[in-house]
Amino acid sequence: MTKIELTVDGAAVSDDVEPRMLLVQYLREKLGKTGTVIGCDTSNCGACTVHLDGTSVKSCNVLAVQANGRTVTTIEGLADAAEGELHPVQEAFRECHGLQCGFCTPGMIMQAVDLLAENPHPSEEEVRLGMEGNLCRCTGYHNIVKSVLHAAGQNEGATA
Amino acid sequence: MIPVQFDYLAPTSVEEALAALGEHGDDAKIMAGGQSLLPVLRMRLNAPEVVIDLGGISSLRGIRDDGDALVIGAMTTHHDVRDDSLVKEHALLLSKAAAEVADSQIRHRGTFGGALAHADPAGDLGAPALALGAQFVIAGPGGTRTVEAADFFVDLFETAIGDDEILVEVRIPKHTGWGAHYEKFVRVAHQWPIVAIAATVKGSIDEARVGLTNMGSTPLRATATEQALAGASATEDGVREAAQLAAEGTNPPSDLNGAADYRQHLARVLTGRAVLKAAGA
Amino acid sequence: MTATQDRAAGEAQKEIGRDRRRKEDQRLITGRTRWTDNITLPGMLHLAMVRSPFAHATITSIDVEAAKSSRNVVAVLTGTDLADTQGVIINAWPISPEQVSPTHLPMPADRVSFAGEIVAVVVARTPAEARDAAELVDVEYDVLPAALDLKEAATDAVLAHPDLGTNRSATWQFDSAQAGTGGDVEETIAKARDGGIVIEREYRQQRLIPAFMEPRSTVVDPTGEQLTMWSATQIPHVLRFALAATTGVSESKIRVIAPDVGGGFGGKLQTTPEEFITFAVARRLGKPIKYTETRSESFLACHHGRDQWQKITLAAEADGTVTGLKVELLTDLGSYNALLGGGTPVLGAFMFNAIYKFKAYQFNVQTVLTNKTWTDAYRGAGRPEATFAIERTMDELAAELGVDPLEIREKNWIRHDEFPFTSVCGLTYDSGNYEAATARAKEMLGYDALRAEQQRRREAGDRVQLGIGVSTFTEMCGLAPSRVLGSLDYGAGGWEHASVRMLATGKVELVTGASAHGQGHETVFSQIVADRLGVPFEDVEVLHGDTQVAHKGMDTYGSRSLVVGGEAVVRAAEKVIEKAKPIAAHLLEANVDDLEFAAGRFGVRGTDQGMTIQEVALATFAAHDYPEGIEPYIDAESTYDPVDFNYPHGTHLCAMEVDTETGAVKMRKYTCCDDIGNVMNPLIVAGQVHGGVTQGIAQALWEEAVYDDNGTLVSGSFVDYLLPTSADTISYDTDHTTSPSTTNSLGAKGVGEAGTIASTPAVVNAVVDAVRHLGVNDIQMPCTPERVWRAIHAHDGDAPTPADAMPHFEADALNQDPTDGAGQ
Repeated sequence: MTKIELTVDGAAVSDDVEPRMLLVQYLREKLGKTGTVIGCDTSNCGACTVHLDGTSVKSCNVLAVQANGRTVTTIEGLADAAEGELHPVQEAFRECHGLQCGFCTPGMIMQAVDLLAENPHPSEEEVRLGMEGNLCRCTGYHNIVKSVLHAAGQNEGATA
Repeated sequence: MIPVQFDYLAPTSVEEALAALGEHGDDAKIMAGGQSLLPVLRMRLNAPEVVIDLGGISSLRGIRDDGDALVIGAMTTHHDVRDDSLVKEHALLLSKAAAEVADSQIRHRGTFGGALAHADPAGDLGAPALALGAQFVIAGPGGTRTVEAADFFVDLFETAIGDDEILVEVRIPKHTGWGAHYEKFVRVAHQWPIVAIAATVKGSIDEARVGLTNMGSTPLRATATEQALAGASATEDGVREAAQLAAEGTNPPSDLNGAADYRQHLARVLTGRAVLKAAGA
Repeated sequence: MTATQDRAAGEAQKEIGRDRRRKEDQRLITGRTRWTDNITLPGMLHLAMVRSPFAHATITSIDVEAAKSSRNVVAVLTGTDLADTQGVIINAWPISPEQVSPTHLPMPADRVSFAGEIVAVVVARTPAEARDAAELVDVEYDVLPAALDLKEAATDAVLAHPDLGTNRSATWQFDSAQAGTGGDVEETIAKARDGGIVIEREYRQQRLIPAFMEPRSTVVDPTGEQLTMWSATQIPHVLRFALAATTGVSESKIRVIAPDVGGGFGGKLQTTPEEFITFAVARRLGKPIKYTETRSESFLACHHGRDQWQKITLAAEADGTVTGLKVELLTDLGSYNALLGGGTPVLGAFMFNAIYKFKAYQFNVQTVLTNKTWTDAYRGAGRPEATFAIERTMDELAAELGVDPLEIREKNWIRHDEFPFTSVCGLTYDSGNYEAATARAKEMLGYDALRAEQQRRREAGDRVQLGIGVSTFTEMCGLAPSRVLGSLDYGAGGWEHASVRMLATGKVELVTGASAHGQGHETVFSQIVADRLGVPFEDVEVLHGDTQVAHKGMDTYGSRSLVVGGEAVVRAAEKVIEKAKPIAAHLLEANVDDLEFAAGRFGVRGTDQGMTIQEVALATFAAHDYPEGIEPYIDAESTYDPVDFNYPHGTHLCAMEVDTETGAVKMRKYTCCDDIGNVMNPLIVAGQVHGGVTQGIAQALWEEAVYDDNGTLVSGSFVDYLLPTSADTISYDTDHTTSPSTTNSLGAKGVGEAGTIASTPAVVNAVVDAVRHLGVNDIQMPCTPERVWRAIHAHDGDAPTPADAMPHFEADALNQDPTDGAGQ
């Protein structure tokens, strides 16, 4: 067991974990952050995407011990849902019907937030390339891409 | 799926890492960004007793200008290699290839040195490193040594790095102002390349360097094509003719995505395209 | 925010037809989800499965001692241990009385018949410890020869189940002459051979993997009076029935819950060994048990889809008027007859004739057992196969005649003034307008301009050639009239159930037997109820997916939820109104006959007196004052058994660019105009079309489950089984024409599968069209760059290639490319 201390969705947490424990398992099993999900075992699907120190990573491909001393943000910490708040990207997914079954959605949203942080005004092609690490089986990506572009448009509105 | 139990070591210096490696030998596995290693551990295709994480060694990260070469720390992420202004200026090919590695999330974690040390013949960085004449700086118990790119890649997933050694940095001879293009042929975006061509050219064309991804058990140079291109003009016909030599000496795999002869055909076609794009033609 | 704006914008607007944002989304976008794997119960134990690495083998011994002594292991159980407590996996659709079918135990004790079959289960305190111990279970196998290649298996060269004596499970035929619905197909073909046109082709429907994003997971809690099972399933009701029917546990002691379910596409239309084993272990140990599969396990063990060889013989007159169609299918069941099993191809039996006026038709299918993963329904189930075959063949007929593929279709399709139209299969197509949908699709695509560009590129010998693909599809959906299912020997009915509960506060609970997993039922059913009862959309709560709440149901598949389940909702709501009416009349001191119900209010005709249905609900709850002789109760339910299928149709057009040097294909444009009758929610419909179209495109271009010569699944992960990403797809142009269905009161037709059914042939037709002038008339799916390249260069010596393509039914024909391994 290895002791880790980190910040998850704004809260300081500390646990003893097996070194083999993946970050996504830590989030789900130890912290009950089940909003982040596991869709594959080859790091292809991106459903488990979270932010580690502010950039997107696949939490199935990071050990919990590697997050020691770092800051993790999950879909549950993106906005204060208890207060009814939504992050603009969450709102855009709802507005543009960017989800159906919703299983890939947390990962999609977390990756979209990262993409827009790096490139606030992407073209459709840049969105499509930037989301290539996240698989969806329901939407055919059409409305996911639209959602990200919609969120980007709102960014523009907010800054203008 | 969940890896087999292992002990986790997080050294904060290369010396400490080497000591750990010396102590645990074959039972240990070095983890750089972990983006190839963790899936392997999760599928239980490999079960080391000790994982030595280089993530805590800050000296292994970063890119610096060292006269006639760039020095890229082994733990520099693909994301950082892609965006680095020195890399764009002096080794554009690497920036372009790093942009094509896996996906955004993986590029945030995966490292330049880790990918090269993993030596997957379908990896995107071996061919560019080879084409640019990279020198691999390897630290071991007796100090550091430098290995030329041509000697670094030994076989499938096998490099010149010894069991008790660690790749610490890679020196890339400057190719300032050289045009570059990384032409990656895939069926879907998140796939390993079926074939990829790393081409960089000086002028149009004084000199050309062409690396081939997934055309054998190691990255390869398209030497015959390079020779034919040297001093040629970057016309479509001329380049395509030189590219006809690109598959010489290759031994690509046959799998779901293509038989060997098809890959050789692709190498010829795509080399022409990559060189033309690199030359800005 | 948006909902408020919408409401302000259109207070009096009908809910049906509005692009309501989904009720489901708030939870899903904030991570407040209840996937089965999220469920944790006190004392819960975890399972890891030990699976056979061999396609066919006798189990000679299983040593579990090391595993049993591994840390925190509670039990290690084999098929011998579970014996008959484990139940049996059922096949609900024996397609013929003579069907040969192996007994399917969840965990066999003696012999495995596909790679991935479960031979032992480890129970431990954590999933990691269960997996650790599973690695220690030592199973000795005696490897047997495996039946892998479909065509070879059909010859019984190697037996998948030696004790059955044959791999040929069943045959099923429909013949229009025998059925009295049309002529004799052999006669039409014979006639066409003499002066007409006969098109003979053989097509391959490759094996696909549904690859829903949520891996399957099951939790069983045996600690209450009822055994409660949560499972990532499309069919909680069918699952409860199957558990009760085969384990001896009373149905009344089983509660099945499908909580949030992350996609299905038919892949979760199954009762699985994993569910049964979890159930058995929980009963045996008396503790809550969870099993969640890894993605790798999902690829191996979740049922696969498609996997057919299709021989098509189309007869036409010399002018291209079609006369006869004969279909001979060989379909790979895998190692067991799954829930629908051989019924899946039969679901396509009446659709090969499609929108065309054939005079004679015959459909034949031979189902075959092999030592591969079982196959069953995958989005479209039988109908994509039918549509692919006929739409590919119609293109070949057009090519034979040298006319535009749309022209040959128009010549043969049912005109809009001919509806309702009785097909050569005897089905009555209720409504449609192929002319209108096609005209709209052509306009959106810019068909004529693209044809002109294609011509220019051909003449210039461009490296990149352009192809335009057509698919004018129809399908039958809304499964299904129970009597029809009975006549086809299906084991259940096709009705759906709904109940409407009027709560005291005026809110409404709608309980549906449909079980959504991403389709948006909560939103659309709320819209329907809001309109019918005149209550606010927000006041309707849709409850589903729990046999304790929704005790009756036939679940979600076959594009049935709206057209069958939605109709049940309508009828239940209407019954509520009828039950509320006398109470309202009583309270209003009016005659029942003087009441009219509109916009949620019972009004007394000719006066301003009235009361809302919510007021009636409250008064009924109080029950202080209501008519003599009736119960104070206005809740109502309906079990709706559809009277007929309905027939969505549409025209899908696709422009593909083919790089003739590399064989790479690139989608330039995809346009479709679908007619699905009345649209309940255009936003959700568009989403269904986008997703469906993409899955169909993926079959055409990327996906294929491939086995090697040992029966090992080579494409067993997302690394090798290629799902497209956002970077591989494009945005689509979609539109609708509307011919309301006449078989349900909503005028709706199913849309869940339409895109998948339509798109595959549109894409392949486009790829073939791009290179037809280079001598290509078929490319096997998926149209990989390598296959495209080899097809292009089949005649110029630039690439090694199998023998010439004609005639089509010979062993080395181009469209039977045998190069990719036995498991193809």
